[in-house]
Amino acid sequence: MNVFLTQLLNGLDKGGAYALIALGLTLVFGTLGVVNFAHGALFMLGCFCAVAFRYLLTIETVTIDPEQLSPWGAPLEVKTPVIQAWLGDFGAVLVDYSVPISILLAVPLMLLIGIAMERGLIKHFYKRTHAEQILVTFGLAIVLAEIVKTFFGPNPIPQPIPTALRGAADVGSWLGFAPHAITYPWWRLIYLMFSGVVIAGVFAFLQFTTYGMVVRAGMADREAVSILGINIDRRFTVVFGLAAVVAGVAGVMYTPLLAPNYMLGMDFLVLSFVVVVVGGMGSLGGAVAAGFLLGILQSFASMNEVRAIFPGIDQVIIYLVAVVILLVRPRGLMGRRGVMEG
Amino acid sequence: MSDLKRGISRRRVIKTGMAGILATGVSPLIISKGAWAQEFCNNPEVTGKAVFGFNVPLTGPYTEEGLDSLNGYQLAVKHINGEGDGGILKTLKPLALEGNGVLGKKIEFVTGDTQTNTDVARDGARRMIERDGAVVVTGSVTSGEAIAQQALCQEMGVIYMSGLTHSNDTTGKDKRRYGFRHFFNAYQSGVAIAPFLAAEYGNERRAYHLTADYTWGWTQEESIKNATEALGWETVNAVRTPLGAGDYSQFLTPVLNSGADVLILNHYGLDMVNSLPQAVQFGLRDRQVNGKQFEIVVPMFSELMAVGAGEAVRGIIGTSNWQWGLEDEGTKAFTTSYGSEYGVPPSQAAHTSYVQAILYADAVQRAGTFYPPEVIRALEGFEFDGAGNGPTLYRDADHQCFKEVLVVRGNENPTSNFDVLNVIGQTSREEVIYDPSIFGGELGPYEPNQC
Repeated sequence: MNVFLTQLLNGLDKGGAYALIALGLTLVFGTLGVVNFAHGALFMLGCFCAVAFRYLLTIETVTIDPEQLSPWGAPLEVKTPVIQAWLGDFGAVLVDYSVPISILLAVPLMLLIGIAMERGLIKHFYKRTHAEQILVTFGLAIVLAEIVKTFFGPNPIPQPIPTALRGAADVGSWLGFAPHAITYPWWRLIYLMFSGVVIAGVFAFLQFTTYGMVVRAGMADREAVSILGINIDRRFTVVFGLAAVVAGVAGVMYTPLLAPNYMLGMDFLVLSFVVVVVGGMGSLGGAVAAGFLLGILQSFASMNEVRAIFPGIDQVIIYLVAVVILLVRPRGLMGRRGVMEG
Repeated sequence: MSDLKRGISRRRVIKTGMAGILATGVSPLIISKGAWAQEFCNNPEVTGKAVFGFNVPLTGPYTEEGLDSLNGYQLAVKHINGEGDGGILKTLKPLALEGNGVLGKKIEFVTGDTQTNTDVARDGARRMIERDGAVVVTGSVTSGEAIAQQALCQEMGVIYMSGLTHSNDTTGKDKRRYGFRHFFNAYQSGVAIAPFLAAEYGNERRAYHLTADYTWGWTQEESIKNATEALGWETVNAVRTPLGAGDYSQFLTPVLNSGADVLILNHYGLDMVNSLPQAVQFGLRDRQVNGKQFEIVVPMFSELMAVGAGEAVRGIIGTSNWQWGLEDEGTKAFTTSYGSEYGVPPSQAAHTSYVQAILYADAVQRAGTFYPPEVIRALEGFEFDGAGNGPTLYRDADHQCFKEVLVVRGNENPTSNFDVLNVIGQTSREEVIYDPSIFGGELGPYEPNQC
């Protein structure tokens, strides 16, 4: 039972990340009809919002302490973050919590990037074929990755978990098991909860607001909504911005789990597309369900008992499922009839 | 009538002969020591320059070590050329270098990025030899890079001095006449760490290995399994992880319920910087299993990894090739020199790279020629001291250096960013020597191929 629950938690945690990225991807496809291969790059840009924010917070002043000598006999250089010098302990707390705080930077920045991307490039390809959309957005993803590489270098830049959240939660004792029977890292639990909150927020926005209702109407019949005098294009632009924000904040919170580098977007792009295909192109519920489903499947496939029977299955399980779904049900688990079935 | 009387005098024969020798440009080879120095790849006497090729990962999961290696190499070139404070040239014994280059030639160098990728490393080494005219290639941070490069260098007749490579295979089944390793290996780590594991954690333990899935990981896993099972430990499982996996959660969750009470991480570089903190985040070190405190062991450690892993490294036991805090004169000289140059203490990556460049240059100076077979003979069986590891032997049978191996522990109470590892033991050279035949392999011929 312990094994099952631990793997389930791990699957949900992975699935949360998959679902968050796939949600934005399918939101763009459902509203604009665009297959956005630059969506992974938006996740990566979110990661680098966290990196940039921490860079800013940790700009240091260097002072020479003549009382202390370095191991090679030179006076010791003492480096102090400027923010800590200005704000004392509060500055140290800001540095410690730089990752979650950087969401405040990521939300407006990613919204702007999303809107600029849609207005500046994507809108010119609405009426082009999916193949052309894929080519142009893939090219955009490469450009964004190279820009990040230019500014931040090619290597992964680890981001720390806040000190108070570095340990493991005794999940077992919450569920009535013996102490330490099931433990799970706090940050991963927080990421899982964060995924749930963001997904719920997006659904609530679309389901319970007038703005969301119009967007849903536009997704169902764009022309009919336009005839009613509603500028649906503008609303879809905002939806593109919202998708960028979702990908961005998913990236921010993921940085302590996987040190970001400029190629991270490409790694996640493939996974998120598989999730969207399995869930059903354009289906928000399908993307979320498939994200969690594939995360859990991957986690169980990595159990030693499973790997002993099917070596390496954990590395390919997601793609095997995608192949089966495409063969048996091309529109995906919850996709609309006719979408991607032609 | 004799020939002489028909106009060909002895004087004329000698004059004609000398003129011919001079005209064919052979004279320098006859005059200089090493008259056997025929044609060989990138002969500095022919190219007019002595180029060292430094091929290290500047991108990928082992970047930190690669950058430090490059710093070490560049400092070595300075010292060989007579710039700077001389570093270990002040302490190395015996020493033929005179601080004016090698055989009177100033050393130039070219650099390459292996991208922590075997194929790229091999291509980079080939480019250095074919395009840049490198007379020696050196550098690696994965054993895959080292093995690939030394095989290529053997084919091309260029000596390869490996950097960081810890796989038994490098000087075992994949050894080459043209390849030399100063760094220690996985077998030596196993021998050195075993007594400390027994003393700290006892003889009844159940170990779970997570292993980087390439030659170094495989041989380290094997060596550590052999060493710990000899103590009485049981190996519960050994799971291979892809190089550069990043997120290890799917590999760590099975550990939680495996019944193991020790996790052995056969990871290096960024892999270890990711996997160790993640293992700690999973609460492994807070667990009691089989009535014992759960422990994590990292058999191969470096300062750079310790800094990257942060607090997670505290109390963790591993082995190391060298540490800047050692008290010998060679270590002090190198640490002072490197610290003054770069503002941080050197890592073991910087040290072994620096020493390899110096040892090659010194061997050329002793051989009196760049001709590879003579340089190889100068390195084979070479005994030296003052390079930071105590008395050291470059064994001729497999080109493996034998010296003390350090057992280290992550510092529980660091006083500075540099103070991350404590040396808790120094296993003597005699204890880590082994029969070269146990790992097989053939060195191959001395005579060089043409590149």
